[in-house]
Amino acid sequence: MTTVDTNPGTDTRKAGRFVYISAVVLLCAWVIVPLYFLLINTLSSPDTVNSFPKAFVPEFDLGSLSFFASFAGMLTALKNSVLVAGMTMIMSIVVGAPAGYALSRFDFRGKELFRLLILLTRAFPLPLLALPLAVMFIRTGLDDTVFGLALVHTTLAIPFAVLITFSLFSGIPLELEEAAWTLGCTRLTAFTKVVLPLILPGITASAIFAFVISWNEVFAAAVLTIENRTLTAFLLQNLDTSPLHLKFAGGFILVVPALIFIFAVRKYLFAMWGIANR
Amino acid sequence: MNARLLPYILILPVTLFLCLFFLYPFLLVAKQAFNNGSGFTLENFQEVVGYWKFPISLKNTLLLAAAVVPVQLALALLMATMVNKMQKGRDLILYVWTIPLGISDLAAGIIWLAIFEQSGFLNSMMSGLGMIDRPMNFLSYQHPGIVFLAIALAEIWRATAIMLVILVAGIGLIPKEYYEAAEVFGASPWKRFWRITLPLLRPSLQTALVLRVILAFEIFAVVAALGGTLFPVLMGETYAYQFDLLNSGAAAAMALIILAISIGFTLIILRALRVPKGAQI
Repeated sequence: MTTVDTNPGTDTRKAGRFVYISAVVLLCAWVIVPLYFLLINTLSSPDTVNSFPKAFVPEFDLGSLSFFASFAGMLTALKNSVLVAGMTMIMSIVVGAPAGYALSRFDFRGKELFRLLILLTRAFPLPLLALPLAVMFIRTGLDDTVFGLALVHTTLAIPFAVLITFSLFSGIPLELEEAAWTLGCTRLTAFTKVVLPLILPGITASAIFAFVISWNEVFAAAVLTIENRTLTAFLLQNLDTSPLHLKFAGGFILVVPALIFIFAVRKYLFAMWGIANR
Repeated sequence: MNARLLPYILILPVTLFLCLFFLYPFLLVAKQAFNNGSGFTLENFQEVVGYWKFPISLKNTLLLAAAVVPVQLALALLMATMVNKMQKGRDLILYVWTIPLGISDLAAGIIWLAIFEQSGFLNSMMSGLGMIDRPMNFLSYQHPGIVFLAIALAEIWRATAIMLVILVAGIGLIPKEYYEAAEVFGASPWKRFWRITLPLLRPSLQTALVLRVILAFEIFAVVAALGGTLFPVLMGETYAYQFDLLNSGAAAAMALIILAISIGFTLIILRALRVPKGAQI
């Protein structure tokens, strides 16, 4: 390393390293600082939130949050959001994962057509479909129900569920399954005893992804629910009228699960997208 | 079980589900848009396009997409290449950078509202530095440029992460040998980026751009939180037709217009970034 010091390129390399590190720090700040501002507003009393100028440290007052919790309809909306997202999570995996398995293990006629259908749904402003579904749901009695909205959100999440499970199953060598067959397993037991334990963490990750998709969805939720609003729909509807501290506390509650979920699936995020790309 | 039937049984649930909740409602939208109860008509489209807000909301949506998507692409490429050569703390940095991936557009709008509103942090900062005497109302009709900027920043902040994830995954698929060979021949990092990373990243760039551009035309909640009625966009107008004006025929027509724009841009991107058959990794 002593020879490096005599190298005339050291200075530029040091400068380059400095620029590199400060760019990384800057980009981290770009993501975190707005979130920090939201945190300050959430942990301040309603009076502070509406006052000026703002302090740059939170005062750890739970006034805004308790106002949020006591606001009429808010807790129901929160409950609805969790319910819809939970249903979406289960349905998209139950419906989507078998197709992902089929895509990774079999060559069958119409496979390309099927993949095209899946890709097409992704290249489509899906929330728009909520408009005609509103009419269809009124006819079938699904209007303004948590389950009806979960069906729409499942449609949003399914392309991702199929493509993600497809890439996860492709990561498990077929030889493992074949070995199980020769050792006396049937197709089903080979799947449950060999493939499933290996794939379970990945499946969980894609289920969480489906949860987040539903949790965050605004347009379809606002169109399809009236009494049983989800949190996003409730906040959107009350944007004009609600006081600032209610908006910020609501925004904060929307963000928290996202932070936890992204942390939980971070290992799979890139593997999921790697093959799903093609 | 019959091995030839098995794959079809496995894909049956998804196919049924998508037919019922994707293809069927799509046909319904088309019917609603082109039908006034007595037969085929273009009335809904004429009404929607002729409305004075339509050109403004179309212009706003397109301008926003044109301002946001290129910045996001550049930023995501920069972040992806920076992460790629990182040795220490790669996981932590990636986690931080992908946080916005889980944040909804509505929440992102609210977050940036905390910065731009009248008693917000931007005003606090500026008055702390003595740049202004009293807080300014940035998000009002007197400052259309700032409203636009706030919405664009919120979108860039929120949705760069999805591109980043796709690009990082894509860069991971490029064989390291290419870089080693290029280094042996003395290619600079800059040249390696332009000659290896970018061309081989084309499939990922395609996916990332298609996804982002479509979502950019669907922009709705960020605008609702930050601009309200100050900044009409296509999706917001669709919502207004459905709820404020209770005109579902017009809403359906708007939906089809947004769809047509999305498909048009998707085709352009697919064509511009197409990967020759022999050039796939």
